[in-house]
Amino acid sequence: MKNTLKNSLRILAMLLVVGATVPANAALKVLATTPDWGALTQELGGERVNVYVATTALQDVHRVEAKPSLVARARSADLVVATGAELEIGWLPVLIQESGNSRIQPGGVGYFEASSALHLLEVPNKLDRAMGDIHPLGNPHVQLDPHNIAAVAQALSARLTQLEPAQAAFYAARAKDFDARWAEAIKRWETQAAPLKGAQVVIMHRDQAYLCHWLGLTEVASIEPKPGVPPTAAYLGQLVGKLTNAPPKLILLNAYNDPKAASWLSERVHAPAVVLPFSVGGSAGAKDLFGLFDDTLNKLLAANK
Amino acid sequence: MNKFKLLLVLIALAILPEAASAADDVAALRAELQALKSEYSTRVDALETRIQQLEAVPAAAQIAAAEPPPPAPPPAGASGGGASAFNPAISLILGGSYTNTSRDPGDWNIAGFPPNGGEVGPGERSFNLGESELTFSANIDPYFSGQLTAAITGEDEIEVEEAFVRTTALPDGFTAKLGRFFSGFGYLNEVHSHAWDFVDQPLVYQALFGGQFRQNGVQVKWLAPTNLFLEFGAETGNGDGYPATRRAGNGMNGATLFAHVGGDVGDYTSWRVGGSYLTQKAEDREGGIVDESGLPLFDAFTGDARTWVVDGVLKWAPNPRRQLKVQGEYMYRRESGAIADGSGLTLAHDYRNTESGWYLQSVYQFAARWRVGARYDSLDAGTPRYTLSPDGLLDASPDRLSVMLDWNPSEFSRLRAQYDWDNARDDGERDRILRLQYIYGIGAHGAHKY
Repeated sequence: MKNTLKNSLRILAMLLVVGATVPANAALKVLATTPDWGALTQELGGERVNVYVATTALQDVHRVEAKPSLVARARSADLVVATGAELEIGWLPVLIQESGNSRIQPGGVGYFEASSALHLLEVPNKLDRAMGDIHPLGNPHVQLDPHNIAAVAQALSARLTQLEPAQAAFYAARAKDFDARWAEAIKRWETQAAPLKGAQVVIMHRDQAYLCHWLGLTEVASIEPKPGVPPTAAYLGQLVGKLTNAPPKLILLNAYNDPKAASWLSERVHAPAVVLPFSVGGSAGAKDLFGLFDDTLNKLLAANK
Repeated sequence: MNKFKLLLVLIALAILPEAASAADDVAALRAELQALKSEYSTRVDALETRIQQLEAVPAAAQIAAAEPPPPAPPPAGASGGGASAFNPAISLILGGSYTNTSRDPGDWNIAGFPPNGGEVGPGERSFNLGESELTFSANIDPYFSGQLTAAITGEDEIEVEEAFVRTTALPDGFTAKLGRFFSGFGYLNEVHSHAWDFVDQPLVYQALFGGQFRQNGVQVKWLAPTNLFLEFGAETGNGDGYPATRRAGNGMNGATLFAHVGGDVGDYTSWRVGGSYLTQKAEDREGGIVDESGLPLFDAFTGDARTWVVDGVLKWAPNPRRQLKVQGEYMYRRESGAIADGSGLTLAHDYRNTESGWYLQSVYQFAARWRVGARYDSLDAGTPRYTLSPDGLLDASPDRLSVMLDWNPSEFSRLRAQYDWDNARDDGERDRILRLQYIYGIGAHGAHKY
């Protein structure tokens, strides 16, 4: 009996010592708010990160619920990778609050906002909700400009290094590798996309602004009369009137959007409605960040003929 | 000898982390240096690539990029200086309703349940101003955040609905709340009225807690470090809320324990279920159960109330414009103690009663801005037993069916119509209630709990 007790104590002591050393080798737990930041973290962290993505490309990131599963993931996360600029304001603060996790509180090392590495477009001069769902800090839908991805990658890699200083060389090597492949890809995409420059497009929501800005597409109209406000029949009627004389080349919408208004408009103004993946996972081709841009460009180029 | 070995093991255990941490410190310093080095080299690399990129961008794009950025607005309270820089987030809810009832709301009651002084019943007829809910919240320092929700009632009173501080820096999944707050038991108890899916609370909340239970006290919650959501909570306080009362002593009144577990099924479905237990004490709690003729059997109760609650919610959201939400809760209460008449004379020492009830509701968002819902309430008042309790006391089982339709032009506005077939009254006659309600929010963008 005494021996059993002694043995159990010995085992317990060993377990405690082993247990204390395990975290040094365990992967960083990362909670990414969107599939794009999830994919980027995976690129930069490789096997050293364990990424959980809070949303899918088929969800509207403005309107996500602070589900129990997400609170549970936030509880054990070492790092939250968010877009910031108040994109996730309707749910991320609740997750962080409910998580009981002091490591991921805003302002700490465990809370990263992609927008902190970027200059946002469309910072409003005037804040008034009569203007619709405007984002006071600027347009937060930054992922569809690959230059933004490159800038966020640098900042995110630095953050991973800050969390695991001992792995600095590992993260630096991965960042360098990603950066090289990404710069190469951007070159390819920009050559490929040359015919799109100046094409007149109708967009659905302001979340396509960065794509238009990057590719030099000219936005002639938006299906939403104001950000976040669905179009009325009267507004769509006006739009048809306006666009009949100068039909746009393309009508852009995202995988998560309701396609009804866009296809209605498409028939009347004889311009193809192109469903873009918008985020990693938004189409069969958008398997990772490279796929996201490959597929977006393929779809645009195919419809632009 | 064995004891000696045990001691050695314990000492070793105590020392090991220390020794390890000294070695760790050196390693950490080295690593930090390494990190700094590599961070700078990546930054330099980044700058170089940016320069290359900029040089490579065609002239036209450069012109586009060079167009003057819109003048930066004064950031919305974020980094602007001055006395207002640290102002808390402020949000205001404006609400009101039009009520049409087939019976006089003044005589509304729940058959077999004692009046509890809470916010119960359909409210007054015609146009009514609801509670204007004013919320201030902010981080206090690196360790605490604070929130005040004050309700300015239609009767020109200001009521502190919630006022609490919450920890943000406790380790290992713990959070603590201190102040006045809605108790975390069940599902709906914590939800503020502007976020309800119906105009009012289910009958079981109205009958057993006077609407919602809150007290001045303390709450500790712990979230397990698992992928499955697993939360445990405990609360205690002064008991200033039905079925408890404040007591004469310095001590705390009772305890609330709850646990919630939740997760996802596939990409579109999420769920949460919970169990709660409340034990509370009442001292000279006013309000007695009435007999069939409407006469009170007693006027005051002193004793224990034990309540068990089971709750569950399931949400299915196949796309951003559709959502089905099904939720239900069952509550069971056992009260035992002494009853007294209006003059304070004890009528019985062995009073005991059980009360229970449940509701099941479902809300379906069938279009981007439209939701429809139905709710069924059912209560069982139980039969009080005590020495000399009269025979033939009615064992009332009030029920109610509600349907609602709401239209949500934006995240900040909601217009709702609700129709109730209400069989709550002790005379068993039905009340038909139509309510039209508006709820608007201005100010800071609130984030809602699950």
